[in-house]
Amino acid sequence: MTAAVRAVTERAAAIEVHGVHKSFGGRRVLDGVSLTVAPGTVTVVLGRSGSGKSTLLRVLNHLEKPEAGHVSVGGELIGVQRHGDRLKELREKAILTQRSRIGFVFQNFNLFPHLTVLDNVAAAPVATGRLPRAQAQALARELLGRVGLGDRTGAYPRQLSGGQQQRVAIARALALRPGVILFDEPTSALDPELVGEVLSVIKDLATGGTTLVIVTHEIGFAREVADEVVFLHEGRVVEQGPPAQVLDHPVHPRTREFLSKVL
Amino acid sequence: MATTPSDVRDATAKYTVEHRTPDAEPPPVVPRRRIGRRLSAGAALLVFALVLRSVIGNDAFQWDVVGQYLTTTAVLQGLLLTLWLTGVVMVLGFLLGTVLAVLRLSDSPVLRTLSWGYVWIFRSTPLLVQLLFWFNIGALYPTLGLGIPYGPELFSIKTVNLLGPTLTAVIGLTLHESAYAAEVVRGGILSVDPGQTEAAQALGLGRLRTLRRIVVPQAMRSIVPTAGNMLIGTLKGTSIVSVLAVHDLLYSVQLVYNQNYLVIPLLLVATLWYVAVTTVLSAAQHYVERYYARGTSRGLPLTPPQGLRIRLTALWALPLGPRSTRPKP
Repeated sequence: MTAAVRAVTERAAAIEVHGVHKSFGGRRVLDGVSLTVAPGTVTVVLGRSGSGKSTLLRVLNHLEKPEAGHVSVGGELIGVQRHGDRLKELREKAILTQRSRIGFVFQNFNLFPHLTVLDNVAAAPVATGRLPRAQAQALARELLGRVGLGDRTGAYPRQLSGGQQQRVAIARALALRPGVILFDEPTSALDPELVGEVLSVIKDLATGGTTLVIVTHEIGFAREVADEVVFLHEGRVVEQGPPAQVLDHPVHPRTREFLSKVL
Repeated sequence: MATTPSDVRDATAKYTVEHRTPDAEPPPVVPRRRIGRRLSAGAALLVFALVLRSVIGNDAFQWDVVGQYLTTTAVLQGLLLTLWLTGVVMVLGFLLGTVLAVLRLSDSPVLRTLSWGYVWIFRSTPLLVQLLFWFNIGALYPTLGLGIPYGPELFSIKTVNLLGPTLTAVIGLTLHESAYAAEVVRGGILSVDPGQTEAAQALGLGRLRTLRRIVVPQAMRSIVPTAGNMLIGTLKGTSIVSVLAVHDLLYSVQLVYNQNYLVIPLLLVATLWYVAVTTVLSAAQHYVERYYARGTSRGLPLTPPQGLRIRLTALWALPLGPRSTRPKP
């Protein structure tokens, strides 16, 4: 499966976040976040709820527009264009094209309930004009087979368990052959016994060489797959490094406090 | 006496052994006897039968006249016009209403305000007033022309010649209908989880495609019941165009009873047709709802015949029905 998944993604892309600010209703959620993610690596973002983890992830594919600072994926600025010393927002269509190169997996799956599992996965390649319907469906079948759901292609999402739905969501993200996949707490909405099946699919992607950014509370999983762990506190990166360093020998008191509560 | 684990095991073992013997059937569950339900069903049937008998048996209704006029050409033509008007108004009204709803939910404050203003005007004036206004538009704007503002006119036509009664009715009803349809569609769109739009955006789907493929099909679940309601309302509401002398179903029977003074039977003719069409539409609505219920639950809702069969089966089990199916004590 590992080799097969590797073939799915086109090329792993690097991510650069530079001085991103974002606030909601006067409350500063991201306060000058800068971050570099090397291509093909796995970065796990940790932090208390409200620390800005999800917002950071959503800024990466321009679901949230930063007020200052910029994000680039694979060397291309996301959502904006440089005009002298300013950044101008791109047209909607250009942003959509950029988004289609970045996979996003939501906490609540957000599968399309009125479409079958197969159509959920095949929808985006067809809609974005990348593949004709028949080919998109063949790809969808292949990807669903890889996440272990080859026999449920005709089912509707609500007929599946949470873990199965999240695996479909991962297949849906893979269908665009993204260079980067972002996971926003992919197992937080799952029953404990279903967490493992989703994590094992993500683990396979991790060893497959795609760039992954994962917001999660699964510390054990972070230790196992992460190349880099980032700890966010009040909209700032307070600690960053390999898991052995950040998880086992945290320097910042906030990180220590967080880990003592979670572990 | 305290229960030790071995007691529990013994009890379990005994139960299992008992259960395995072939002649020990598991105890049957006898459904509760719903006396109240049966009595009320019987009472309702009785009242229904009495009312039906009094209506059919009352010669003042002049059922022979009803039968005589039910399928006359004038009535059928009126019915056809009513159906046509309802269909056209409903389709155009919902097309315009959908556009208005999308504008209302757009990011642009200009479009939002325009849509809001339209809905405000057309919902805050009575339909009858609107229809009479369109009917008399010729008095306000005697000619309609195409030209350059403050410049030469390229072409002009008398408004009275352009707008016959039927076209006036279509315009008046459609504009009114679309204001309500806009709110129905907007409500439907708002009922869809915003996560759906977000997921579509994250996949790179454009706004229009997201709306058409992802949001509207899901919104239909809450749009259809209200739209069905509006359709039936419009069917009967089109009778208001009789004030414009449009030959719809009601106006057609009015023309007849103005001549022969058989008011009640002719109103019954119109009523029977309205009831018949409404019944067909209600059944159709059920199937449309069933279609849009795909994927929303593990099973689909019953079709009307399935529901009817279950209700008839329940009737069969009334005290009047055969009792042999009930197990004896």
